[in-house]
Amino acid sequence: MGIIESSHLSYDYVKLNEEGNAEGVTRAVDDVSLSVEPGQFIAILGHNGSGKSTLARHINALLVPTEGSIFVDGKDTAKEENVWDVRQSAGMVFQNPDNQIIGQVVEEDVGFGPENMGVPTKEIWERVEESLRAVGMYAYRKHSPNKLSGGQKQRVSIAGVLAMHPKCIVLDEPTAMLDPDGRKSVIRAARALNDVERVTVILITHYMEEVIYADRVFVMDKGRIVMQGTPREVFSHVEQLKALRLDVPQVTLLAYALQKSGLPLPDGILTAEELELELKKLRDRKNAAGGAAGAKEAGADGWNVGEEEPDAVDGGTA
Amino acid sequence: MALKLEHVTYIYGADTQLPVRALDDICLEIPDGQFIGLIGHTGSGKSTLVQHLNGLIRPSQGRITWNGRDIWEAGFPKKELRSSVGLVFQYPEHQLFEADVFSDVCFGPNNLGLPREEVQKRARRALELVGIPEALYGQSPFELSGGQKRRAAIAGVLAMEPKILVLDEPTAGLDPKGRDEILGQIAGLKKETGISVVLVSHSMEDVANYVERIVVMSQGHILFDGEPRQVFRHKRELEEVGLAVPQVTDILHRLSAAGFAVDTDATTVPEARDTILKALGGKWDGPAAGRGAMGEKEKC
Repeated sequence: MGIIESSHLSYDYVKLNEEGNAEGVTRAVDDVSLSVEPGQFIAILGHNGSGKSTLARHINALLVPTEGSIFVDGKDTAKEENVWDVRQSAGMVFQNPDNQIIGQVVEEDVGFGPENMGVPTKEIWERVEESLRAVGMYAYRKHSPNKLSGGQKQRVSIAGVLAMHPKCIVLDEPTAMLDPDGRKSVIRAARALNDVERVTVILITHYMEEVIYADRVFVMDKGRIVMQGTPREVFSHVEQLKALRLDVPQVTLLAYALQKSGLPLPDGILTAEELELELKKLRDRKNAAGGAAGAKEAGADGWNVGEEEPDAVDGGTA
Repeated sequence: MALKLEHVTYIYGADTQLPVRALDDICLEIPDGQFIGLIGHTGSGKSTLVQHLNGLIRPSQGRITWNGRDIWEAGFPKKELRSSVGLVFQYPEHQLFEADVFSDVCFGPNNLGLPREEVQKRARRALELVGIPEALYGQSPFELSGGQKRRAAIAGVLAMEPKILVLDEPTAGLDPKGRDEILGQIAGLKKETGISVVLVSHSMEDVANYVERIVVMSQGHILFDGEPRQVFRHKRELEEVGLAVPQVTDILHRLSAAGFAVDTDATTVPEARDTILKALGGKWDGPAAGRGAMGEKEKC
C-alpha cells in the first residue's frame, strides 16, 4: 500500500448565507483516486482554482473528504483519533514564508514541532541540527527569522516540518513568492530531502521548470486529475497543457516549435542540455549524411520528418 | 511629462550604527509612453526605487523631477504627483476593501474630489481596460477569482488615470495563463492609453516578451539599461547577480558555444526557432534533398 491512497475523494465547499443555511456548493475536488509510493517525488500542476491546494489539504487532514476517502500511511484521515498521527506523517509547507514562522530564533522555530510532540529535549536539539543541515540553514541557527530572505525562510519552514520526522512533506507553492535564487535553493532542498532522506515529496507549483525532476506529475483541472505521467510524458502534450491554462518549460516549447517546423526531435525535451545534445546529433548526422558513407547510416536511423505544417519551416530557412 | 531621477541615493538608518545604502547614485529617466521592465533580485533596491517614483520616500541625496520641477521643493503639488504616478504593490488584491467591485475602483478618483459622474466614468473605463465584465461590478471583490481580484485592484489604480503606471510583480502567484493575460492586458493598456508602464519583476521570461527597455538593478546600482536583446547579451554578469536570462537565450548561447551559427540576440521562442532552423538549414540542403519531406522543404 502506498503512503498516500485516495479513493474517489471529493470535496465540496459549502457557502452559507447569514442564517447559516447552505446557499451554494462548489465541488473543489472531484472523484480523485491516486496512490503515491513511499520515497517518490510527486508534482501537482494545475491552474488557479483547479483544486490542487484543496487536495493537498486533505493529505494532512486540514480538510476531510466530503465523499470518498484518503489514507495517509495507512490511516484514514476522516477519523478524529487519527488526525495527530496523520499530521505527524505528513507535514505541510505553505506559500507565504511570513505566515509560518513563529520562533524568535531560527533553531527555536525548528524545535517548535518536535517540542509539541513531546520529544525529549536532547533529541529535539539533535533533530533541529539535522533538519537545519538538511536544508542548508545550519549556519543561520542563531539568527532571527525576520532578517532572512524569502528563500531562507522557506527552507527554515521546511526544516521545521522535517524536525517532526514526517514520512511525507507537502509543499504548496513554496516558491510562488520567491526570486529565482530563492526558488532554486528551495527546490534544491526539497530534492535533497527526497534523494538523501527518502522523504516522499509532494510539490504543488505553477513553475514548469520545477517539476522536471519529479518521478510523477499529476495535472488537475476542475477538481479532477486530467493528466498524469512522468514529466517527459506530460510535457509532450504541449497543446493539451495550454488548453488547461498551463505552460511547458520554455526549452520544451522551443523543441516543440522546432519539431513542428520539421526537425526530427524526440518528444518532451526538458532541459537545455538535452536540446543542445539533440541538435548536435542532428548536425552530426547531417554532416555524416553529407559524406558518401554517411547517407545509409542516417537513413537507417529513420528521420521520418513530421508532415504537418510544411510551410512553417519556410519562414526560417528561406 | 517625464519623471527623472538624478544621482539619487537612499540610505536606510542613516543615523544608526548600521546604515544600509539601498540606492546608490541612480540616474534614470522615464519618458512618455515607454514600457520598461525593472529587474533585480530580492534586496537589489527595486522596491526602494519604486517608492521614490511618487514621493513615498525622500532621497538621502540627489533629486527627482517631474516635468522639470523638483518633487521635494516647497509647495510642489504632491497630490497631483501621486495621481500621475500610480503604484500597484505586490499582491494588490490584499488592498481590496469595499463592499462591491465598482465602489472599490471608485475609491481613488473619489478621493481626488472629482464629480460623481466623472468618478463613475473613470471606474467604468478602468474596469473595461482590465477586462472585468459589467456583470461583476456589483459583486463583492472577495468573491472574485485570484486573477480577477488582481485585475480589479489594478483597475483601482488605473481609475486615477496615471501617466506612469508602476506594477510590482503583478503576476506573482498566478498560473501561466493568468500571467499571460495580465501582461497582455497591461501591454494593450499601454498601447491604448499611451501611458508609461514600469513592470517590476524577477522573471526575465515574462519581461522579455513585452517590454521595450530593461533596467537591471543590483546592490542599489543600475547594472544595465537598454533593449532586452542588448541586456541579455550579458548572460554571465546577469547570472553573477542572481538573475537568469530567458531559457531560450541560454540555449542559444550554448548552441553558439557549440559552434552553431545562431543569433544569440533572440529572446522569444519564435525568434529562437527561426534562428536555429536557419543555422541548421544552411547545412541541411543538398544531401538531404532526396530524403522525403525535409528534403522538399529545404528546396523551398
